[in-house]
Amino acid sequence: MNGWPALDRFLRTDPRDVGCAEAMEMLHVYAELMAAGEPAEERYPGIAAHLQACGPCGEDFAGLLAAIRGETP
Amino acid sequence: MLVRTARREAARRGPRLRITGPELDDLAYQAAADALVAITGKIGQFRGKSRFTTWAYKFVIFEVSAKIGRHFWRHPAVRLDAEDWSRLPGRFGADPAHQAEWGDLFAALRRAVASELTPRQREVFVAIVLNAVPLDTLVAHLGSNRNAIYQILFEARRKLRAALVAGGYLGHDTAGCS
Repeated sequence: MNGWPALDRFLRTDPRDVGCAEAMEMLHVYAELMAAGEPAEERYPGIAAHLQACGPCGEDFAGLLAAIRGETP
Repeated sequence: MLVRTARREAARRGPRLRITGPELDDLAYQAAADALVAITGKIGQFRGKSRFTTWAYKFVIFEVSAKIGRHFWRHPAVRLDAEDWSRLPGRFGADPAHQAEWGDLFAALRRAVASELTPRQREVFVAIVLNAVPLDTLVAHLGSNRNAIYQILFEARRKLRAALVAGGYLGHDTAGCS
């Protein structure tokens, strides 16, 4: 593998990306929609773009989703 | 409920982070305690857009994240400012056997880091990309917040890509991205 695809992916920035503050503010709403099978990405494209690009916020989202699903009987 | 969630989250992340046993348990209990403080302080901000438990879990997850970031800042292996540029291709999975193909690209990237970025952008790029310092660890070190560091890196990425596109090393933008 050469370095182009990974580097290109890393350097690409999505103008819809809302940043960590806004994504974290709405993370509980976004995660609940996702857990319910609703189209969270369509409703909040800026948050979806951010969670794809930001490793720490993506990890928090995965944790919150796991917490929601873990409480489902 | 908060302790259970914190322990599950710490256990979910722990194996990858090589934190185990009492240390991980301690981290989880501290995260749950701090989450309770955050929830109590912000309870007036709950707007009912989700279940209350989901909103509360969010603070537990954030506290686990923050504590893991601080944990690694105390770890002596973390170096922020070392500049071993020979590691850069490996960070992006470049195969040393094909150095002739990517050598110019990474040399151009290094030049762009030096010429296009502000000192703060360069500091963040070196720490996170070159030295693989977790973003939350850098946040703890700089006494900043995740959004501020992310925005610095975001702008650095945008500038570096523009420089590499201008130099013909990467293709032009596709819809929605720059």
